[in-house]
Amino acid sequence: MDSFLGRYRNLSVLLLLVAGQMMLLAWQIRSSQDVPLIRVWAVAAVTPLARAVEAGRVAAASFFSEYFVWRGAVQENRELKRRLGQLQLRNHFLEAELASAERAQALAQFRARIPSKTLAVRVIGAGAGPEAHTVFIDRGSSDGVMKGMAAITPEGIAGKVIAAYPMSAMVQLITAPGAVAGVVTQKLRLRGALRGTGSGLCLLEHIDSEAPLEPGEWIYTSGADRVFPRGLPAGQVKLVREGRAGREILVEPSGLKTRLDELVIVLDGVHGMLPPPGVPPSDAVSLLPPPPPEPGVGSEPPARGNNGALLTDADRLAERYRRMAEAQGVQLGSKGRVPDFTREPAPAAPNGRSAPPSADGGAPKKQEPPRP
Amino acid sequence: MTRFDDSLAAGLAERSKAASYGAAVYLLAPLAAILCQVYLPRFFAALSYLELPLLVTVYFALMRRRPASGAVTGCIIGLAQDALSPQPLGMNGISKTLAGYFAASLSMRFDVEHPALRFILSFFFFIFHQFFFWALSRGLLGRQVDFPIPQTVIYAFLNAVVAAALFSFLDRFRREE
Repeated sequence: MDSFLGRYRNLSVLLLLVAGQMMLLAWQIRSSQDVPLIRVWAVAAVTPLARAVEAGRVAAASFFSEYFVWRGAVQENRELKRRLGQLQLRNHFLEAELASAERAQALAQFRARIPSKTLAVRVIGAGAGPEAHTVFIDRGSSDGVMKGMAAITPEGIAGKVIAAYPMSAMVQLITAPGAVAGVVTQKLRLRGALRGTGSGLCLLEHIDSEAPLEPGEWIYTSGADRVFPRGLPAGQVKLVREGRAGREILVEPSGLKTRLDELVIVLDGVHGMLPPPGVPPSDAVSLLPPPPPEPGVGSEPPARGNNGALLTDADRLAERYRRMAEAQGVQLGSKGRVPDFTREPAPAAPNGRSAPPSADGGAPKKQEPPRP
Repeated sequence: MTRFDDSLAAGLAERSKAASYGAAVYLLAPLAAILCQVYLPRFFAALSYLELPLLVTVYFALMRRRPASGAVTGCIIGLAQDALSPQPLGMNGISKTLAGYFAASLSMRFDVEHPALRFILSFFFFIFHQFFFWALSRGLLGRQVDFPIPQTVIYAFLNAVVAAALFSFLDRFRREE
């Protein structure tokens, strides 16, 4: 036996390793259990390095941006260069501070707006392999993060925690194959499941095949999956097409439109209300700027009534008809002659008198209506 | 002995010369490769197809010229990679164990110092690894996944280009035995 193993030592090692790993695989699949020890060791080995690399990247980016700012300033004359460099450095610093403060404020506002108990975390790495669709966050079980918790952003859902380690946790993105979230459509309140496909878009499944769904419609979480609280934006319908197995509805997840730097972990989910149809997911109200004034009208002050309130279009029309009737010597509401409402009164002259009549001695000519 | 025999013997001796490295290289190179695969795709999504752990496995297997050592290296690196991914432990482990073993076996028959041969071997072992990973996914996990051949060939080519540069970089830390 010893001579056999000695002669085929390499092959024996190979068979031993492959057989051992196959048994490990089989045990995991059969018992649906994981081997936390190996994963904890690997994550514990990589997490400090990932943190150090991230800190180094931020420091290097800051150093190079400042270096290039200085390098551009050297080409100016000495006094101007010094002042310009200082101003630019200060500007960069303030911009960075402002961006950081805005991001933190937006995240804080978002956390305050949703009723669930949440925890803000930072993304420190991505899962190994192109098919992983996972990220690592810098908070773990020691901070209360547990497996099965939802990970969201102010724009929508991002994924769920699939493994929690003492100092970090792994979040599976909603785009990962096998990732599922219970959702409901905004207009018709149709319930379905949002399933990751491994690409940037998710598939909306288990929904009435006859239901009218159009691109642009918002999808919200339904809370049925017991992971994502109800009422969070999940995404927008991007494409509705006929597939091999019937209608395919592709949804663009709203929470993954931008690069993930920060996430919010829902520690204790509280269901929210779905917004009514037609209302965008954010509660921020955007007002369109006022339309540009029409030529010749914009310079006039807005018409006001006797009490100083602004008049409506109907008030202005009534006022216009009243002036036309007065110009023709007819009192509105009285019996007798009916005023000709097609004849516009002459505009008032600067000195208060009306415009002179036309050359033929008749009334001023009517303005030609615009041709369509 | 003839002159031809002498040159042949010298060539065989040169080919059978195994390289060794410091303990820090054995530890840091795989760790850095795994860290790069975890960290780089955050900023460049296309780099997620760069299989640096596999390239490091193949490099150590080729240079150490010991199949058992290559298999163990592949097993450890693969399991570490599996631990950082959501899939069951062993998928990358088995694929890289086989890649490491066969890379070390081939290194005893070829001059693995030549850049062109390193390029070809990296290209081949990337496809070898992807094929076994796909076969294990279908056979053991029952996943209905495709094996896109043109895409795999393109990624194999790109990985081989990176491997040529990576191998020459790692050669700097080599100590001849």
